[in-house]
Amino acid sequence: MGNNISLLLVVIPLIAAPVVAVLPRGRLPWAVALLVTSLCAVLAGMQLWAVLYDGVISYELGGWAPPWGIEYRIDAVNAFVALIVAAIAAITLPYALLSVEQEIPEEKIPLFYSALLLCLTGLLGITQTGDIFNVFVFLEISALSSYALISLGRERQALTSAYQYLIMGTIGATFFLIGVGLIYSQTGTLNMQDMATILPGVAHLKTVDTGFAFIMIGIALKLALFPLHLWLPNAYTYAPSVVTVFLAATATKVAVYVMLRILFTVFPHSFALATPAEELFIMAGIASIIVASTYAIYQVDVKKLLAYSSVAQIGYMALGIGFASATGVTAALIHLFNHALMKGALFMAVGAIIYRIGACRMDQIHGLGRAMPWTFGAIVIGGLSLIGVPGTAGFISKWYLVSAALEQEAWISVAVILFGSLLAVVYMGKLIEALYFKPATDSEKEVTEAPLLLLAPTWVLVFANIYFGLDTNLTVGLAETAAATLGVVNP
Amino acid sequence: MSELSPFVLYFVTALLVGFTRGLPRQVILLAAPVVTGLHLWLNVEIGSTITHAIMSYELIILRVDKLSLLFGYLFCIASFIASIFSLHVKDTKQHIAGVVYAGSALGAVFAGDLITLFVFWELLAISSVFLIWARGTERALKAGMRYLVFQVLSGVLLLAGALVYYHNTGSLAFDHIGLEAGVAGWLIFIAFGIKSAFPFLHSWLTDGYPEATVTGTVFLSAFTTKVAVYALARGFAGEEILVYIGVSMACFPIFYAVIENDLRKVLAYSLINQVGFMVTGIGIGTALALNGAIAHAFSDVIFKGLLFMSMGAVLYRAGNINGSDLGGLYKSMPKTTVLCIIGALSISAFPLFSGFVSKSMVMTALMHGDYGYLWLLMLFASAGVFHHAGIKIPYFAFFAHDSGIRTEEAPNNMLIAMTIAAVLCIFIGTQPQYLYALLPWEVEYWPYDLTHVLAQLQLLFFSALAFVWLNKKGLYPPELPSVNLDMEWFYRKLLPVGAQQTVNFLHCAKKSTLTTIMAPMQGIQTKLAQSSVAKYYLSESWPTGSMVFWISAILAAFMLLDIFGLGH
Repeated sequence: MGNNISLLLVVIPLIAAPVVAVLPRGRLPWAVALLVTSLCAVLAGMQLWAVLYDGVISYELGGWAPPWGIEYRIDAVNAFVALIVAAIAAITLPYALLSVEQEIPEEKIPLFYSALLLCLTGLLGITQTGDIFNVFVFLEISALSSYALISLGRERQALTSAYQYLIMGTIGATFFLIGVGLIYSQTGTLNMQDMATILPGVAHLKTVDTGFAFIMIGIALKLALFPLHLWLPNAYTYAPSVVTVFLAATATKVAVYVMLRILFTVFPHSFALATPAEELFIMAGIASIIVASTYAIYQVDVKKLLAYSSVAQIGYMALGIGFASATGVTAALIHLFNHALMKGALFMAVGAIIYRIGACRMDQIHGLGRAMPWTFGAIVIGGLSLIGVPGTAGFISKWYLVSAALEQEAWISVAVILFGSLLAVVYMGKLIEALYFKPATDSEKEVTEAPLLLLAPTWVLVFANIYFGLDTNLTVGLAETAAATLGVVNP
Repeated sequence: MSELSPFVLYFVTALLVGFTRGLPRQVILLAAPVVTGLHLWLNVEIGSTITHAIMSYELIILRVDKLSLLFGYLFCIASFIASIFSLHVKDTKQHIAGVVYAGSALGAVFAGDLITLFVFWELLAISSVFLIWARGTERALKAGMRYLVFQVLSGVLLLAGALVYYHNTGSLAFDHIGLEAGVAGWLIFIAFGIKSAFPFLHSWLTDGYPEATVTGTVFLSAFTTKVAVYALARGFAGEEILVYIGVSMACFPIFYAVIENDLRKVLAYSLINQVGFMVTGIGIGTALALNGAIAHAFSDVIFKGLLFMSMGAVLYRAGNINGSDLGGLYKSMPKTTVLCIIGALSISAFPLFSGFVSKSMVMTALMHGDYGYLWLLMLFASAGVFHHAGIKIPYFAFFAHDSGIRTEEAPNNMLIAMTIAAVLCIFIGTQPQYLYALLPWEVEYWPYDLTHVLAQLQLLFFSALAFVWLNKKGLYPPELPSVNLDMEWFYRKLLPVGAQQTVNFLHCAKKSTLTTIMAPMQGIQTKLAQSSVAKYYLSESWPTGSMVFWISAILAAFMLLDIFGLGH
């Protein structure tokens, strides 16, 4: 039973995508997409349950035994990430109805939902598969559909940013593929489990080293690790609101998962330690926290501000990975989950503002907090979580990250993590100041609170931010199990 | 029943305040401190604790001893008075912020471990900034932002310190920490130092407090610095460095306070000066000195609150708080005048007023501790207090030249709040045994002996004489609308200008370096431009080109580092 779930998780959205594309206009495409994503979320939950209680799931596609056939191999790590992706999709869909109707031309709406489901297929596929070439395929499915989704944004810059993202994303994917090819040439297998058993024997070869470097850098681009983040701010800013919410909360998270998988499962642990990967992660993490947060402070577009903040948050995860300890990876996984919650909530709230006034530049949103108190409340709580105030999910992330840094006596990292919070105070403070304390500029236009259909999903995520800040058993327990599954140990 | 942490009631109140208006809200606002105070007095016993397990840590939410209990009473009284003072305010967010802020202060003083302390430490910061932002002016927004950054900085330092402390000792308990705890000790020390406005870390206070709302400043003056004093007394009692820090805190604000025009800013400086006395007491670390510091915190909250309230009333009625524009207000606000003078007498430590019975303990402890020359400096500070807070505040606001402002007496709720504070000032000053009985350490002490009273009166009379003489001769710094440079100048002006200059300099440097390097390259470049490689160069477009550059740079770096074996 458990085995079929893993396949269904990928197949259902894949089959639904073309079906949705040919459905008549109106709300039917949305309803089908909603049904599919909800189903996926339930299945992902069941899959996680099955993995936690019955151990690793292995599904052989077409009955071909691995390593020859493609294997879907699910352990606590992918089940965890798959649940995040599916759950965010399920929460985004109710939000999508009104926002999409307003931002996307009517004739394109079925295609939009079709692309969204394809993107979901790709992201879920990455988490499910145990085959490294298959990872590349799904990576491309999700990337290609997200280029299309981004290009549907309401401003003309959406086209150029989608195009830029296409070029850069393709470069990243190419690097990944080159790396996979190099490693395949030495190991003769594409199954990650099989690769893990063969690699220790050939690890001394320079080809393997080179392949590893290409793969790392390819994925670093996909997860927007500074300074390879250049595609992200524009893509997030000009994409339709729903797409921003969905991609910000899932796409980079899945890339982090791939990174963890390759660093700790595919390659022997000692191999990664012998390369400069960890050091580069820590350096890139530190740079991204400081530089991206500083950029965020100076943004005039709210979505761009949040996008730069995302780059900074990815820096935190990179730090966690760079520590290469059980605590570090646990922290990275916790932050992966929590960041999905906070950025999801924040981008949804900003989407609600766009829904009402059609813009989100700092000078256009003056005083809107008073007219839209619930939206404003969501931004405040999401912001507090981003800063890492106790009682919110963000605090738990910071806590584990700092603990991991202290374990390694990485004082600079500790200072940077805490300094990052200060920078977050400034950029969120600027946003809150503009929303609430600046006098409204445009008084003749009466702005009302966003509709319930936008607010409800936003507040689900807001409450999740608070809930997971108070009850940490679920997140921390899962992240610890996942880190243990990856086989990372404290040095 | 003692199983209820006092802050809970406040947070429930904050919630209720959000949903009520008018009379029910006023009743709730006043009931919270009264009920909590009674709960502390009748139900909570010394030694009781509440623990709560989270993330495999055992947190001590409530830890009661005499020290925390004294601050508990104090904060209930202070928030009661401040609530009365702000009863007329309609603004919901100010009420919620005030209640959460007071509740967080209560939570912080009853926190038994560093994490709980940190949680309330951050809540104090976040809730209080709304009292500044609520003023709504551009200045208030900016000052609030700077205030928040400082406060959060203090919070993250505390968190870092707590984590390092846990890492080193395996304990999170908030008891004596001491600077010998190394990095952890210093991190926590600086975190406390920011909140208690150590010199060079103080600018958030003088920058933020005068910009808050009329009622907000009254709340602000009561809690943040006093929580920090409590934390210092608990964690760093007897650290000698505190004596020197305390003395400099008591002395340097005097110069600023004397020339400052904004009367609420004068009070902010005088707040630092008073905290200086407390910090000194904590630094000396004897039972008498610690008792003195705590007692002074107690009386300071009340008389400083009284002064801020009277200045708030003036600002509320006259719409202005600059010494240069006020004067002669005693005609319109006689009651406020009298109450303000009682506060002024208390802060100047006149015998029979509250400042005297607490400050003299610190001074005596200073004498006993062989800090002779510091004692002299503190005498100077005491005289200075009398100058800027005791005389200057009432003189320039209510007397001096008649500014022609005619207005009404302060609203009734303000008068009631001020009267309660004034009565408490006199009560503590005349019946100090009740306050002394609450003090955490056992010491026999009685302030009213001949030398003390005589010395203090002489000091006061001579400095009054000095004020009168200086004023008559026209030597006293006049009240001018001006800006005085303080620490904040460094980050408000120097930092931006400095950054601009640095950027300019770097820009120039880059340009000149480039021209030097580029000159010989020019030739090559022209050659290249004619070659077939040129078309690749032309295809560059930001940010893709930049990205390609970075990705190849990183790949190259990775491979090079790898080849030269720079891994582990």
